[in-house]
Amino acid sequence: MPGAVLEMIGVSKGFPGVRALADVDFRLFPGEIHALMGENGAGKSTLIKVLTGVYSADAGEVRLGGERVSVTGPQHAQTLGISTVYQEVNLCPNLTVAENVFIGREPSKAGAIRWREIRRRAAELLTRFGVDVDPGARLDTCSLAIQQLVAIVRAVDISAKVLILDEPTSSLDRDEVEQLFTVMRRLRDDGVAILFVSHFLDQVYEVSDRMTVLRNGALVGEYQTARLSRIDLVGHMTGRTLSTLEQLHVRDETARVQAEPVLKADGVGRKGAIAPFDLEIHPGEVVGLAGLLGSGRTEAARLMFGADVADSGTVALGGASVPLRSPNAAIQHGVAFCPENRKSEGLIEDLTVGENIVLALQAANGWLRPLSQAKRQELVGRYMTALRITPADPDMPARNLSGGNQQKVLLARWLITQPKLLILDEPTRGIDVGAKAEIQKLVVSLAEDGVAVLFVSAELEEVLRISHKIEVLRDRRLIAEIGNAASVTPEGILEIIANGTTS
Amino acid sequence: MKAVTGHRLFWPAAVLVVMLLANLVVTPGFFSIQVRNGHLYGSLIDILLLGSPLMLIALGMTVVIATGGIDLSVGAVVAISGALACYLISGQEDQGAVTGVLVAVALALVLSAALGFWNGLFVARVGIQPIIATLILMVAGRGVAQLITSGKNINVNSPPYKLIGGGYWLTLPFAVIVVAVVVALTGLAVRRTALGMLLEAIGGNAEASRLVGIRSRRLVVLAYTFCGLCAGIAGLMISSNISTADGNNAGLWMELDAILAVVIGGTALTGGRFTLAGTILGALVIQTLSTTIYTTGVPSQVTLVFKAVVVAIVCLIQSPAFRAKVFRRRARPEAPPPASPAAADVEVNA
Repeated sequence: MPGAVLEMIGVSKGFPGVRALADVDFRLFPGEIHALMGENGAGKSTLIKVLTGVYSADAGEVRLGGERVSVTGPQHAQTLGISTVYQEVNLCPNLTVAENVFIGREPSKAGAIRWREIRRRAAELLTRFGVDVDPGARLDTCSLAIQQLVAIVRAVDISAKVLILDEPTSSLDRDEVEQLFTVMRRLRDDGVAILFVSHFLDQVYEVSDRMTVLRNGALVGEYQTARLSRIDLVGHMTGRTLSTLEQLHVRDETARVQAEPVLKADGVGRKGAIAPFDLEIHPGEVVGLAGLLGSGRTEAARLMFGADVADSGTVALGGASVPLRSPNAAIQHGVAFCPENRKSEGLIEDLTVGENIVLALQAANGWLRPLSQAKRQELVGRYMTALRITPADPDMPARNLSGGNQQKVLLARWLITQPKLLILDEPTRGIDVGAKAEIQKLVVSLAEDGVAVLFVSAELEEVLRISHKIEVLRDRRLIAEIGNAASVTPEGILEIIANGTTS
Repeated sequence: MKAVTGHRLFWPAAVLVVMLLANLVVTPGFFSIQVRNGHLYGSLIDILLLGSPLMLIALGMTVVIATGGIDLSVGAVVAISGALACYLISGQEDQGAVTGVLVAVALALVLSAALGFWNGLFVARVGIQPIIATLILMVAGRGVAQLITSGKNINVNSPPYKLIGGGYWLTLPFAVIVVAVVVALTGLAVRRTALGMLLEAIGGNAEASRLVGIRSRRLVVLAYTFCGLCAGIAGLMISSNISTADGNNAGLWMELDAILAVVIGGTALTGGRFTLAGTILGALVIQTLSTTIYTTGVPSQVTLVFKAVVVAIVCLIQSPAFRAKVFRRRARPEAPPPASPAAADVEVNA
């Protein structure tokens, strides 16, 4: 094997309160496609940002072609031969494909840009990479896949040593991914070193030669893709083995009421988000959605609330088919939704805690029928006490609360409306252990009172602990439904995710 | 102490008080109010009277800005409203007939509200950016006003109409009473119903508001309609005060003064939390400034520059970021050498 084109030795990077990278070694060889694997927060993006000079490392060194370099920024990285293409294409949609390839470095003669040469050379490059597109077409008329390929062609033409592709496939469909892989393989054969980040295991196994796995900012190992089984890879990424598995509380599965389902989804799907799936949730039932990041968990949950509009299938709420074109339709039928992203989609930080809590009920009542001051105080007080929201000051701006308390405010907001179905997307993410346990207990007791719950979480233990039924998703597809029982383990679910045959 | 300076209305109120006091120094009789012919007279009354249209427009603007929008067309609506009312009155045989004036006023207000509704539809239904959506009417509206007046100024001689912007009732200027009533009703409407909270929710976080089930479209349309109505009333006041409809100049650039009043009052242009009382203070600050310029005899060629400088200073004083910087700089020499820059910040802000 030739020497590494890019090497990181003992690189560490910390942020206040977080160790994003701890003593990480990383090697990238010419002519390979190298996958960088890890869960969310494992340090993948930090590593890329150190490589491209967005961050400077606290310790360790970066070597390019054996020479120590200190990259000062993405521009500098590019002159050194390290180019990055992000998921969101950083090109100009209002310019043509050819202009985008050469923007900022147009061939010119006596100060005048040589347009004909730009078009000719762009056409040449595109043909060489097998990208079938008219160089004179405006970029925004091209599909996202083509835009990404154009970005890659541009990056490679500028400097062809190292190409970093950060989640390039997340918004592409199957054929487009294939097209991208063809180009990637061609570049690899030309000797380019490609660093590939993706959440899709299938794709990683299809295209990569080697991989580096990170977990919690630390290096787990470097592997040949062909010699690492999927189950081992998932194990390395999540750090779970049988020995560390905690004993799970076994739920009584047989006692489920066979009542009319609160929600029945029939072939509901949305292109580019989640393939059509069926789902039933009964009163008092907790249904868990399990899957890796990007598996379509959130997308499925959002369709059930009308937060996004499905383009196929029907949803029946309480037995009647309801077109979910907006959240209002779902809310009127007793569906509540706490979104994954508390700050940008849930909390209104300008408003007070009390106002945030009554908001859903008030929105349902309409502005002309305000809650009386007394009623409002009573409700807010009751739920703040019940959920133990601290500090117990309803007039404080909601932005000042801690994450766990903000989540409780969102829960209180919906519990006041007495929903029949509560959809919780990552309700315990990023909150402390105490608040987490409280929220889990709350979900269980709500279910005992007959509320149906759709529970989305990246933590399998948590899903197993509180769900009656688990829906497993992979690659934007619901691949399995399993009733929860003592025999179901996180490893079992990981295995389904890794090897699931239904696709 | 902290409770007083920390109140959101402290800075606009302080600025207004300082301006009034500055006037008192230059013009000793500035605060005197006399009764003449059963009317109250004095510089303070003048500020209220002349500031009435701006207070109204800024009031409507506050509600729109709370939703995260902006309305650039209010100046044009002022012109249209005045033009329509004067056109209708001038066409009557007896310009002094109360019924005729009432009909003209009602029609002008209906048209103003309809124009606001139109803006609201553009923003909430069609999804055009507020600044562009209302720019259309800002430009086209002057043309509409010209059409109504056939390009000429329409003079009216109608005592009942004159009452709106130039008359007195119960010793007070009628316009000031109108403003007081509208402000009071608006205050009740936004704070006694859930309207204010829902508007703030929309402006504070549009996506979260959608996901919580707020029907934001109709509320946004309502806000723009109200803003149009306020501009319409202001248009009546302005044309009534001079008994003339001037399609070209009535309300010219008033949208900018109104936005300024809202900002000086402490409502952020980004939307969310709003304060009607702050806006009224802001409008009074701007009117006081204009009055000051006239009474203190600032040479006419430097009025605009003078105004700009004062406004810039007011805005800086209003900015928490600027205040923090200035106070930190002042505090630094007295503080012992800090261990780290972060520690210094904590010390000064505490």
